[in-house]
Amino acid sequence: MPEERTVTLNMGPQHPSTHGVLRVVLELEGETVVKARPVIGYLHTGIEKTMESKLYYKALPATDRMDYLAPMSNNLGYCLAIEKLMDIEVPEKVQWARVCLAELTRVNSHLVWLGTHALDLGAMSMLLYTFRERELILDVYEACGGQRMMTSYIRIGGLAHDLPKDFDKKVRRIVKVVAERLHDYEALLTDNEIFINRTKGVAVISAEDAIDYSLSGPMLRGSGVKHDMRKANPYSGYENFDFEIPVGKNGDAYDRYLLRLEEIRQSLRIAEQALDGMPEGPYRAHVPGVVLPLKEDVLYKMESMIFHFKIITEGFKAPFGAVYQAIESPKGEIGFYISSDGSNKPHRVRVRPPSFINLAALPLLVEGRLFSDVVCAIGSIDIVLGEVDR
Amino acid sequence: MPMEEKVRSFLKSLFSDAIIREDNFREQQSFYIKPDALVPICEELVHDGELDVRFLSDITALDWLGHEEEKNGRFEVIYNLYSLSHRYRFFLKIRLPANNPKIASLTHLWQGANWLEREVYDMMGIHFEGHPDLTKILTPDELEGHPLRKDFPLTYEVPQFSWNKDQPPEVIK
Amino acid sequence: MGLEEKIPDSIILTSLDKVVNWSHKRSMWPLGFGLACCAIEMMSTFAPHFDLARYGMEVMRPSPRQADLMIVSGRVSMKMAPVIRTLYEQMPNPKWVIAMGACAACGGVFNNYAILQGVDRIIPVDIYVPGCPPRPEQLMDGILKLQEKIDKESVKDRHEEWGRKAV
Repeated sequence: MPEERTVTLNMGPQHPSTHGVLRVVLELEGETVVKARPVIGYLHTGIEKTMESKLYYKALPATDRMDYLAPMSNNLGYCLAIEKLMDIEVPEKVQWARVCLAELTRVNSHLVWLGTHALDLGAMSMLLYTFRERELILDVYEACGGQRMMTSYIRIGGLAHDLPKDFDKKVRRIVKVVAERLHDYEALLTDNEIFINRTKGVAVISAEDAIDYSLSGPMLRGSGVKHDMRKANPYSGYENFDFEIPVGKNGDAYDRYLLRLEEIRQSLRIAEQALDGMPEGPYRAHVPGVVLPLKEDVLYKMESMIFHFKIITEGFKAPFGAVYQAIESPKGEIGFYISSDGSNKPHRVRVRPPSFINLAALPLLVEGRLFSDVVCAIGSIDIVLGEVDR
Repeated sequence: MPMEEKVRSFLKSLFSDAIIREDNFREQQSFYIKPDALVPICEELVHDGELDVRFLSDITALDWLGHEEEKNGRFEVIYNLYSLSHRYRFFLKIRLPANNPKIASLTHLWQGANWLEREVYDMMGIHFEGHPDLTKILTPDELEGHPLRKDFPLTYEVPQFSWNKDQPPEVIK
Repeated sequence: MGLEEKIPDSIILTSLDKVVNWSHKRSMWPLGFGLACCAIEMMSTFAPHFDLARYGMEVMRPSPRQADLMIVSGRVSMKMAPVIRTLYEQMPNPKWVIAMGACAACGGVFNNYAILQGVDRIIPVDIYVPGCPPRPEQLMDGILKLQEKIDKESVKDRHEEWGRKAV
């Protein structure tokens, strides 16, 4: 009598829809998934160990390369943690500019998510549309910091350079254009029968399981838990802005899709409020010995030049202790735990990776379901392998 | 009563002999506790309805090798706990000795602790007793040792310029 | 010797090398292989703003058996290196490799235990495109230089070259 056994299938590191180098070892019985085991580590870079061997300033560009779809978000988290450690207060203009850029980053990340998720499910034209919108945002990044993706624009104590003169015009154009084009995306996908069949009821997670697995971000909010770091523990002046947090009901992939679209709309609303109320002022705090002085001062004043030289070569000594700062990145709650031993290099930088912790829930999402739901589940969690593996 | 006071009085009333000291650097409340008290404290926190500490945010570890803090214990394991309804965060920190660092696992309370503890084992070498599957998760299988320890070298390779390009690359720490 | 005037206009004369090289360079199929941040810039190059389809490369094949150009975009970790070598060996000849970004060319920003210092330690690379990440125009410049390099190839020394490349 033939015995029934399961087929082991390897969705290898090189796969068109694993969003990077993720490997999932699946055991299939027919088309149903019996067991799923994600294997990660194919992009492990040792970023945390690298940051321990560099000064506080020089470790900043390494944070860009972790979640490479939302670089300004990572920079913001790291800088807020260092400012908490050194007890630096930044001027108001810096806070408002940081909020505006962080929300543009959220729009950027969600657009890439939408394009690749729809591409996995078969709607290839969405990728081309969302990457076209993304070029507008990358244009703003380039005008601010000179780089399209790894900007390192948000620095300790302020910003790298002043905001460009046409920042207001460009961001208002983005707000207008993306809000209109969101209607096109909704018309393509929201009532589309194929999309609904592939995402409704797929990759469901309940609220108790979500809290048990320590999920955060849209995964947690899609199941009905109203928790957002921007409202719960506000940072960088978020308490002055007026926005809502969308919450889902069923916890399936369709709810998370609607939730992320609504998050894009709320982010555009916050960016517009930031532009309307942007105060005047310096773009960097004045803390001699810790924060780099402005370039105009370095060229003309003696003590600024000496401080600049000292900070670049030796850095600043941080007090003994440890801080933790959590912000709401597009993927979830990203936190920086920085422990200082009193010297000018960090003793330990720990990044709490939202994608790593969200990915641990993948077996719960797909076991017992069909094989094609695995692709939908991976896309719906919205992982970035650079952050999972660091 | 602010949350800081509530947590402090809760822990002191039930586990006063397990707390070594309390630290409030930059308004972040953290308690240094003894290793055996970890599981009872966490079980009480999860089941207590008033404090509502149901969210385990992060598990991480530090290595104090070469620093004067090493006399209290070389490794420090930090548990980052969060209360969703009160929006309050506090830390539990545990010091472990240098040889054979071991601590109880929290996978029976929180499923999210599974991968977090695997990563701490892989990168720092701390054993979690009672973990269902304590194996390497990030580093390749051929790599021996635990990379984030202070005695593991960074393995920095000197870049090859025109004057040393014919020799094999030199690896320094 | 006056022979060219006697040939009617409807006959095209060329050499075999030129035809083979022209067909290779005008329709290369890249392998859909993105590792890290440079992969997002590679996707932007395929997107409508910096369209790469005008060079004949819009068909991105996920399977290595059907691809002939491997763009290694992103940092190569020690765990991923044997996988890249296997993929390279699975691609049939003729094949070309572009190392996109600083991490694929020489290890980039990361000089530590976990990152292979340059992908040319395990596979032969034709073109290096520097940048962190390189702009889409830089990647297109690299591809055009690869096309110029293909122009110089010849059918008769292809066999020896493949023998050397396969090592």
